[in-house]
Amino acid sequence: MSIFEYNGSALVAMVGKNCFAIASDRRLGVQLQTIATDFQRISKVHDRLFIGLSGLATDAQTLHQRLMFRHKLYQLREERDMKPETFASLVSALLYEKRFGPYFCQPVIAGLSDGDKPFICTTDSIGAKELAKDFVVAGTAGDSLYGACEAMFKPDMEPEELFETLSQALLASVDRDCLSGWGGHIYVVTPTEVKECTLKGRMD
Amino acid sequence: MGDSQYSFSLTTFSPSGKLVQIEHALTAVGSGQTSLGIKASNGVVIATEKKLPSILVDEASVQKIQSLTPNIGVVYSGMGPDFRVLVRKSRKQAEQYHRLYKEQIPVTQLVRETAAVMQEFTQSGGVRPFGVSLLVAGYDDKGPQLYQVDPSGSYFSWKASAMGKNVSNAKTFLEKRYTDDVELEDAVHTAILTLKEGFEGQISGKNIEIATIGEDRKFKVLTPAEIDDYLAEVE
Repeated sequence: MSIFEYNGSALVAMVGKNCFAIASDRRLGVQLQTIATDFQRISKVHDRLFIGLSGLATDAQTLHQRLMFRHKLYQLREERDMKPETFASLVSALLYEKRFGPYFCQPVIAGLSDGDKPFICTTDSIGAKELAKDFVVAGTAGDSLYGACEAMFKPDMEPEELFETLSQALLASVDRDCLSGWGGHIYVVTPTEVKECTLKGRMD
Repeated sequence: MGDSQYSFSLTTFSPSGKLVQIEHALTAVGSGQTSLGIKASNGVVIATEKKLPSILVDEASVQKIQSLTPNIGVVYSGMGPDFRVLVRKSRKQAEQYHRLYKEQIPVTQLVRETAAVMQEFTQSGGVRPFGVSLLVAGYDDKGPQLYQVDPSGSYFSWKASAMGKNVSNAKTFLEKRYTDDVELEDAVHTAILTLKEGFEGQISGKNIEIATIGEDRKFKVLTPAEIDDYLAEVE
């Protein structure tokens, strides 16, 4: 079994009209055993920037701590929040530093850039950035997520519609993946507010 | 003077609480050629005298004003070779920032890191402080900025400043003529007039250097022909 499939995860971010949404599943497993059903994969970097980390949970936690450290220092030195594009470059650089002994994570970065333009991006485990205009996916349920998002995505969705679309895409995809599921976390971010919801899905 | 016993070792404070080597470094700066900078509402101008030791020197090969990034430039008063070392280090720091964040380094950050380098050389063994003061001019998201960095590593943001020989006359002149809403073109004229105040001999495009950075955020060193045009306007 691949090390990326040890804990199981599903992560997806989608772009709407002047808003974005990022969602993850809630299962933390150790191969076939489910350990936790409330695991947080997505964290807030600042009010307009979120990062989700899929893959090996221990690497996700350490990488998250390192990124928070770097961002806090940046905020102190430069007296401003990091732009999503800058943060994505930082993530890419940190991952490549470990090119020959990598973090077994696949991050999904989502934020609001200058002019309230939504920005989403994912990288592979050694820092190759993949920018997208519509959606990005990561985790063991990645393949099903690609299919569900491709089918359900429409450009320029309002926050409410985006929430519905992304929730349905996530829940449908994790049902086809035995290593992810047990509900979902979703954040819908607009220039004025951040809405956080927990989704109830098939609890298996 | 009682300080002289402590003036040999850089890393030792004198009884009066000074690091005498830094005072000496500032003296070296104070006997260097005059340079100045003015922050306008829509840009920054920096300028310096370029007095060469002999008419045989190829003045086109001497470049006292250097760019650190496309939107940040620097001029100095003091020892030329020390300046070149600092320019090299600063350019490298700016590029490292860009490599990490894929973003141009903000002026304040570059000044802070350059000042940190200069401070290192006041607290290490076997080295001496840099014998230069720098005037860093840049334009970034926070607008036009002008910083002065001293051999001790302290830095200040200025609306207008001068360094080197004739600094007190130059500063008085700048204080009288500076207004907060001055535009870049007027600032260049003011810079030329300030240099003219203490200039020995005939001022021309070949014995001063001027550089500007405007809203286009491109640091540009003026050619001797362009300087001569400005000089003609000033007459």
